[in-house]
Amino acid sequence: MLTNPSIGLLFWQLVIFLILLFLLTKFAWKPILSSLKERENSIEGALRMADQAKLEMQLLKAGNEKLLAEARLERDNILKEASAIATQQIEDAKTKASEEGQRLISQAREAIQNEKNAALAEVKNTAAQLSIDIAERILRRELTDASAQTQLVDSYLKEVKLN
Amino acid sequence: MKRLLIALFCILTLPVFAQEQTASVHEATKEEGFNAGEMILHHVGDSHEWHFFGEANEGPHFTLPLPIIAYRAGHGLSVFSSHHLYPEGTVHDGLKLEHEHLESVDGTEVHDFSITKNVASMLLSVALLLFVFFSVAAGYRKNHGQAPRGIQSFFEPVIVFVRDEVAKKAIGPKYEKYLPYLLTIFFFIWFNNLMGLLPGAANLTGNLAVTFLFAFITLLITTFSSNKYYWSHIFWTPGVPLWLRPIMIPVELIGVISKPFSLMVRLFANITAGHIIILSFISLIFIFNTIGIAPLSIAFGLFINVLELLVAILQAYIFTLLTAMYIGGAVEEHHDHDYGIGGDDADAPAVVGGHGH
Repeated sequence: MLTNPSIGLLFWQLVIFLILLFLLTKFAWKPILSSLKERENSIEGALRMADQAKLEMQLLKAGNEKLLAEARLERDNILKEASAIATQQIEDAKTKASEEGQRLISQAREAIQNEKNAALAEVKNTAAQLSIDIAERILRRELTDASAQTQLVDSYLKEVKLN
Repeated sequence: MKRLLIALFCILTLPVFAQEQTASVHEATKEEGFNAGEMILHHVGDSHEWHFFGEANEGPHFTLPLPIIAYRAGHGLSVFSSHHLYPEGTVHDGLKLEHEHLESVDGTEVHDFSITKNVASMLLSVALLLFVFFSVAAGYRKNHGQAPRGIQSFFEPVIVFVRDEVAKKAIGPKYEKYLPYLLTIFFFIWFNNLMGLLPGAANLTGNLAVTFLFAFITLLITTFSSNKYYWSHIFWTPGVPLWLRPIMIPVELIGVISKPFSLMVRLFANITAGHIIILSFISLIFIFNTIGIAPLSIAFGLFINVLELLVAILQAYIFTLLTAMYIGGAVEEHHDHDYGIGGDDADAPAVVGGHGH
């Protein structure tokens, strides 16, 4: 009984199973498997794209960092240069100023010396002229008397103002 | 599995003797009361009616009569409800049932195409399968490009498992062509194994006709999709000494048949054994004729029933996997490893598929 397959069951099973196989294949397995495949492909694609985006991000980040480093370096260079120029300029200005000062001082000195010399020369001339004038007047009044002479010299001396 | 098989053979041999006795002293046993062997065989076997509970002549009972379709040469087709033939032995339209076997009164040969309990159960399971997987397919249409939902998310991992772990691994790149068949037998066997565990249900996957047909279809698919490597392996086995090769031909040919034969017997024996064990534990109550044994019977019966839940999917998996391996062995392109000394076991599916058991 158990080990005696009946022809009726075999027949019905064959018919039913083939119909089942056909129906499931056409209306269940094919759409299910194709949807699964589609979804897997889309997931795989999304993952791959994400990886690519990540890689691009990394590249971008690396580029940015490089740019930033370059910018920083340039800034440092510019600052260094600027400060060097500034120091140079200050130095230059200092030297120039001290030179100018020196020059002015020496000029002033020279001018003072010249004025002094001129003044001295004038004093000498005036003194000489005065001496000549006094001498002339003395010579002219010599004949009167000695006290008068002295008086006269004094008055002349009062008259003469050393100007 | 081995233990179940041993149990099957132990128990299977008992009822056979029991039945022989019963045939002669049928009336006597009825008077004596309970016959476990007969009851169990009645439950694991096919029937022309769907019996749920109760006995026809004692109190309330519920039995679904099924259509009898019989063909007799000279007489033609007879179609009528099976309740005309019960209790067994009742003659209707020249036909009667003898131990669930349809016989004609005048001795002519009867071709029984009745919608038996197994056929009805199969139709039910087919309806269930179609409903479930059409729903799943509808889920893919509705949630297109989205995560699976509901019943779809329950079956998707199973479908993906059969595709990736069974078909892809055992068959290789050509798996897609065979995937619908593998999925169908996997879910057919699984669903029917589970349905067989329901009280009052038919023992469909524990019926030799059913497992025979699946094994036969697998054999046909294997044979018709085989390539020259497969046949050269059978008729001129590589890797064995030359003088041994002619001897290997019948061995390999037996292998071709024994592979599907093992499929057939494995499923039949596993499922039937499970049913027999559960029924035997229940029978203990009636054999000892005491309610005291009931807790033990129920505990063991429950244990085996839970085990059978596992066996249900395991056997579906094994059947599908082996089918895939046999197909894989037939469609495999290169048998390079066979030419190596002793063969290379790294490619396990091909080796199993190629050498059989």
